[in-house]
Amino acid sequence: MVKLVIGIVRAEKANDVLEALYRADVKGLSISHVQGHGGELDRVETYRGTTVKMELTEKVRFEVAVSEEFVKPTIDALCEGARTGEVGDGKIFVIPLEQVIRIRTGESDQTAVTPVSA
Amino acid sequence: MDGLAVLREPISAGDTAWMLVATALVLMMTPALGLLYAGLVRAKNTLNTFMMSIGALSVVTVTWTLVGYSLAFDKGNGFVGGFKYAVLRGVTFEPRTGTAIPQLLFMVFEAAFCIITAAIVSGAIVERMRFGTFLIFIALWSVLVYPVLAHWVWGGGWLQQHGTLDFAGGVPVEMASGFSAFAAATVVGARKDYGRQALLPHNAVYVLLGAGLLWVGWFGFNGGSGYSTGHPGVLAFTNTLLAPACTLLVWFVLDLLRDRRVTAIGAATAIIVGCVGITPAAGYVSPMSAMLLGALAALPSYAFIVWRPRTRLDETLDVLAAHGIAGFTGILFIGFFAQLSWNGTANGLLFGHAAQLGWQALAALAGPAYAFAGTFVILRLLGLVMPLRATEREEALGMDVVQHGEQAYMAGEGAILVAPDVGVDAPLTIARP
Repeated sequence: MVKLVIGIVRAEKANDVLEALYRADVKGLSISHVQGHGGELDRVETYRGTTVKMELTEKVRFEVAVSEEFVKPTIDALCEGARTGEVGDGKIFVIPLEQVIRIRTGESDQTAVTPVSA
Repeated sequence: MDGLAVLREPISAGDTAWMLVATALVLMMTPALGLLYAGLVRAKNTLNTFMMSIGALSVVTVTWTLVGYSLAFDKGNGFVGGFKYAVLRGVTFEPRTGTAIPQLLFMVFEAAFCIITAAIVSGAIVERMRFGTFLIFIALWSVLVYPVLAHWVWGGGWLQQHGTLDFAGGVPVEMASGFSAFAAATVVGARKDYGRQALLPHNAVYVLLGAGLLWVGWFGFNGGSGYSTGHPGVLAFTNTLLAPACTLLVWFVLDLLRDRRVTAIGAATAIIVGCVGITPAAGYVSPMSAMLLGALAALPSYAFIVWRPRTRLDETLDVLAAHGIAGFTGILFIGFFAQLSWNGTANGLLFGHAAQLGWQALAALAGPAYAFAGTFVILRLLGLVMPLRATEREEALGMDVVQHGEQAYMAGEGAILVAPDVGVDAPLTIARP
């Protein structure tokens, strides 16, 4: 069974998460920059006379498709890299994937998420 | 002021007109430097980095008018000037001795030099130093370090008495900022992820634009350092085009040899290195010598920029390489290539006056030593009474949001207007789903 692990983390912790994932031997991933709100304190900013509360914070979203035995190491790496202990560290979602296809070869599912070198 | 002096040294309208323009050109260099430095840091530190240059415009202008100018340009002793011109007492429309421009204009031209020199030092400590502490640091630095070195070479100090030549600031501006940056990086310490993660420039266009504007400003910086429209100023103006052009060309070749590609940020760096290299020599060497100096200045600075990131020294924007080492090259070069037939003042070693090289070499050792020691002591003492740097958490968030409560690049979403009469702590009145 192939799972998609989605981790939404603090933008400034993204590099730490990448490091942790590489150490855990998780090789295939994508990231995107998103904005979100997770109950952390609002940041107040002032531009000339205008004072605003910044409701949305920069976050980085990791998407990692892995086989069953890699789910735990991936989650551990995300937690280890992203945790500061303050509100706003982020969330991890794990969802089952119906199908995975490697475009280059047409391989599917388990073989499609196994790195070539492995 | 005695009236006779005025008659002997009349104000020249031409000189004054040029120096007014030159002063404005030099002042422009500080925001240009802010732009260059802002491009070289990560996006989350853009404003903080730029603001350090803007901060220098404010703080150093005040310290300079109160005491800095007097400590640099009052006669005093061989080490430092006195307090005769403190709070601009006696700094009026009468000409500054040896020039035909009002001393008031001379003072403001030199103010712009002190401002940019303090701003240059910020390159060593960006992305981590607290903004308020930086302002206090440059307030002290612009009184205790810069005026002393300016006095040595321009204000009648010991180097000037012995004939050391420094046209536009190899000692007080370039080597002072470079070696002060070295000391500042040592005391403040490296950024938390330095050597562990890639900390890259976020906008190379800012870097090129900043360097380009600096080069334009440098025509006032060097061209104005003759304080007149006479031969030295014209020679310096010309050499300010010739030398950096040759530095650029050599830098291109070095880039090609190293990686088979010519880099944009390398080009911006080369412009700075070339302008710095010619700064002390601008009014003293022939145009052909200036081109040689430009080419030569590229070599040590390039080598140092390649080597420095392999060390633990997080001298973040390579101020030591671009200003300290290039300034050192320029100061020494005068000792060899100064040419009486061009400058009307002195020859260098190659034209039969070996002693000139000795005095240039002494300046090239004494200037950096004082700048390093002075900055080191100021920051160490400052560190005893207040934290020099932001916490690791704040550093991770970025100095723009933490120190200034602003961002350089706003996404625009998620900002909720706080009604002025309600205040930021009032509960938000947004619709709940």
